Amino acid sequence: MTVTEIGKALTGNRLYDGEVVFLTRTGIWSETIDAAAVALEPLSQAALEKRGEAAVANNQVTEAYLIDVERRNGRVRAQHIRERIRALGPTVRQDLGKQSDGTGGGFAAHA
Amino acid sequence: MYRYDEFDHRFVAERVAQFRDQAERRLSGELTEEEFKPLRLMNGLYLQLHAYMLRVAIPYGTLSARQMRRLADVADKYDRGYGHFTTRQNIQYNWIKLEETANLLAELSEVEMHAIQTSGNCIRNVTTDHWAGAAADELADPRPVAELLRQWSTLHPEFSFLPRKFKIAVTGAPNDRAAVKVHDIGLRMHANDKGEHGWEVIVGGGLGRTPLIGFTVRNFLPEADLLTYLEAIMRVYNLHGRRDNKYKARIKILVHELGEENFRAEVEAEFNRQTKLDVEVEQHELERISAYFAAPDFEVLPKRSADYEIAFARNPDFAQWVRSNIAAHRRDGYAIVNISLKPEGGIPGDATSDQMRSIADLADRFSFDEIRVSHHQNLVLPHVKQDDLYKVWKVLRANDLATANIGAAGDIIACPGLDYCTLATARSIPIAQTISRRFADLNRQHEIGPLRINISGCINACGHHHVGHIGILGLEKKGVEYYQITLGGSSATDASIGTILGPGFSGDEVPDAIETIVKTYLDVRKGGDETFLDVIRRAGHAPFKEALYAPAQRQ
Ligand code: SF4
Repeated sequence: MTVTEIGKALTGNRLYDGEVVFLTRTGIWSETIDAAAVALEPLSQAALEKRGEAAVANNQVTEAYLIDVERRNGRVRAQHIRERIRALGPTVRQDLGKQSDGTGGGFAAHA
Repeated sequence: MYRYDEFDHRFVAERVAQFRDQAERRLSGELTEEEFKPLRLMNGLYLQLHAYMLRVAIPYGTLSARQMRRLADVADKYDRGYGHFTTRQNIQYNWIKLEETANLLAELSEVEMHAIQTSGNCIRNVTTDHWAGAAADELADPRPVAELLRQWSTLHPEFSFLPRKFKIAVTGAPNDRAAVKVHDIGLRMHANDKGEHGWEVIVGGGLGRTPLIGFTVRNFLPEADLLTYLEAIMRVYNLHGRRDNKYKARIKILVHELGEENFRAEVEAEFNRQTKLDVEVEQHELERISAYFAAPDFEVLPKRSADYEIAFARNPDFAQWVRSNIAAHRRDGYAIVNISLKPEGGIPGDATSDQMRSIADLADRFSFDEIRVSHHQNLVLPHVKQDDLYKVWKVLRANDLATANIGAAGDIIACPGLDYCTLATARSIPIAQTISRRFADLNRQHEIGPLRINISGCINACGHHHVGHIGILGLEKKGVEYYQITLGGSSATDASIGTILGPGFSGDEVPDAIETIVKTYLDVRKGGDETFLDVIRRAGHAPFKEALYAPAQRQ
C-alpha cells in the first residue's frame, strides 16, 4: 500500500546564486525537493524552522520558510503551485531550471 | 544618442565598485540579508522564484547597436541566452548569480548602461514614445527632456527616499503612445499660437491596486519652468505623501485625498515659493543635451520608393507585415519598423541573444544605429529607408521576428507572472501563449482590427491589464489560479481604466472567454471601422456579459 505523508519541508534560495534549495535530513541544502526532510508533526516542524533561522544567520540562504508538502513513494510534492514551480522551473521554459537538469520534482506544476 | 560625459562615466564606474564591495561583504557574511537587500535593490537586483533577477535601465527605451550587442553578450555569459523586455522599456535577466553581478554591471558600464534606480522608492527610468524623433505626428523629439529629467532625478538626494516609487512618462506627440495619463507624472508637449512648445503636466495617474487616470495640473507650462515645477510637485508629494501605508503612498492617492484643486493650489504655491532654478543653466543644458538627439543624416528621398512598392505588390506576406508593422515616418522615403516580440505562442517580450544581435546588425546597417524598446514589449527600428524595408523584413523573418501583428490580438502584453515572479498570484505567460495560438491566423487578426490584450499575474499590474481593451488579471483562490477579465481600458490619448466584466475564469477557460468576447464584438460592430474599444464605449459591457455568462446561467 502506498502511504502518503503530509507534512512540511524547509526551503529557501541559496545566497550566492539564488538557486532554490531544500533542507535535507542530514542538514545539507539540496537542489531537489525529493531530498527534502519532511516534518510530519508540529514539534519537528518547529525544529526545521530553527535550522532555517540558523542557515539564514550563517548566510547559506537568504530566507528560509516552511512549505506544505506530501511524500509518496519517496517523492515529495509541494501543495501550492508557487512552490511546485519553484521546485521545477518556469512552466513556459521546460528547457530551463531544475526540470531540465534532473533535479526537478516528480510532478507537473499545474496538476 | 546621448553619450556619457566624464562625470557620468566616473559615477557609474564608482557605483559598480561600490556594489562589488557590498556583494563581497554580503557573500562573506559581513552584511545580513536585511542590510544588503536595499543595497542590491538600488542596483536593480531582485530575488525572484528561481534565481536573482537583474533589471537593466534603458533610458527612454533608446539603444544603440553596440548596447544591444552587449545585452546579448550578457544574456549568453550571465544568463540563459535570452532577456525579457518589459513594459517600462527596460530589460530583465532571469537567471543571475549574486556572485557574478558586479562583473556583469562592469560589462554594462562599458557601454554606458547600468541598473540604478530600476527599483526602490525613487524616480524610476523615464519612459517615452518609442517612435520619438521619428513619428510623423510629433511636434518635437521628447528625449532631450527625458534625458534632462534623467539627469535631474538620478540620485537626487531629495527624491531618493520618496514615500513610494515614482514613474514619469513624456511624449512629444498628440497621439499618446507613452501612456502619460497612467503615470505618476505624465508630460505631453503642446504648441501655442506662436509655435512655442510647452508642456501639459498630468499628475496622479497609475495602475496597480488603485488604477486612476491622471489629471492635468497645468495645461501649458513653459519649458523653462519644467524642472522648477516638477520639483514643486515632488516637494508637495514628499511632504504630504502617505508613508504610513504602502498601499496609499503613491502620489495618485495624495491627489485623490487632497482633491485636484487643493493639490494644484499646493503645487502652485510651492512653485511660486521656490527660488527659480537657474533657468539659463537649464536652457543651456537642454541645448547641450538636444545636440545629442539631433536628427540623423537623413537623405532627401522621394515620398514613395519604387523598389518597396514592387515588393509590396508582389509579396503578400511582406505586404501584410508592412500594413501591420510599419508606421509613418516624419521624413519622406523613410519608415518606422516595429519588430514584434510576440510570435505565435511565444513569450511576450522575450528575445534570444541571437535575435538581439540580428536586430543590432539591422540597426547598424539600416536605422542609423538606433533601436527602441516599446512599452508594449516590442522593439523598433526608428529610421529605415523604404527602399530597405524588404531587405529588413527578410532578415527579421529569418530570425522569427517578423510576425505581422503589431497592435492586433496576438500583440499581447504579459508580465512574467508566476513562472518567474515572487509576487505573482497566477501565471500570465501561458495565458498569453494560448490566446496567441488561438488567434494565430493573421488574416483573422487583421479582420478583428486593433485589439490590446494585457495580462498581469497579480494586482501590481506590471502587465498593464487595467488599460488593455481586454485586461486579464491572474489571481488565486486556495492555491488555484483564476483570472478576472476587464473590458474597455486604454492607455492612449483617450485613456480609460477597464472595468470588471463578471465572475472570473480558470486558466483553461480564458481563451474561450476571449474568443466569445471577440466574436461578440464582430457581431455587434457597425462595420470594420468601429474598433473593439469603440464598441465597448458605445454598447457597454451588456452584450459581452450576455454572451459570456448567460448561457451558463440558463443551464
Ligand atoms: S504584475 Fe505581479 S506577477 Fe506580474 S511582474 Fe508585476 S509583480 Fe510580478
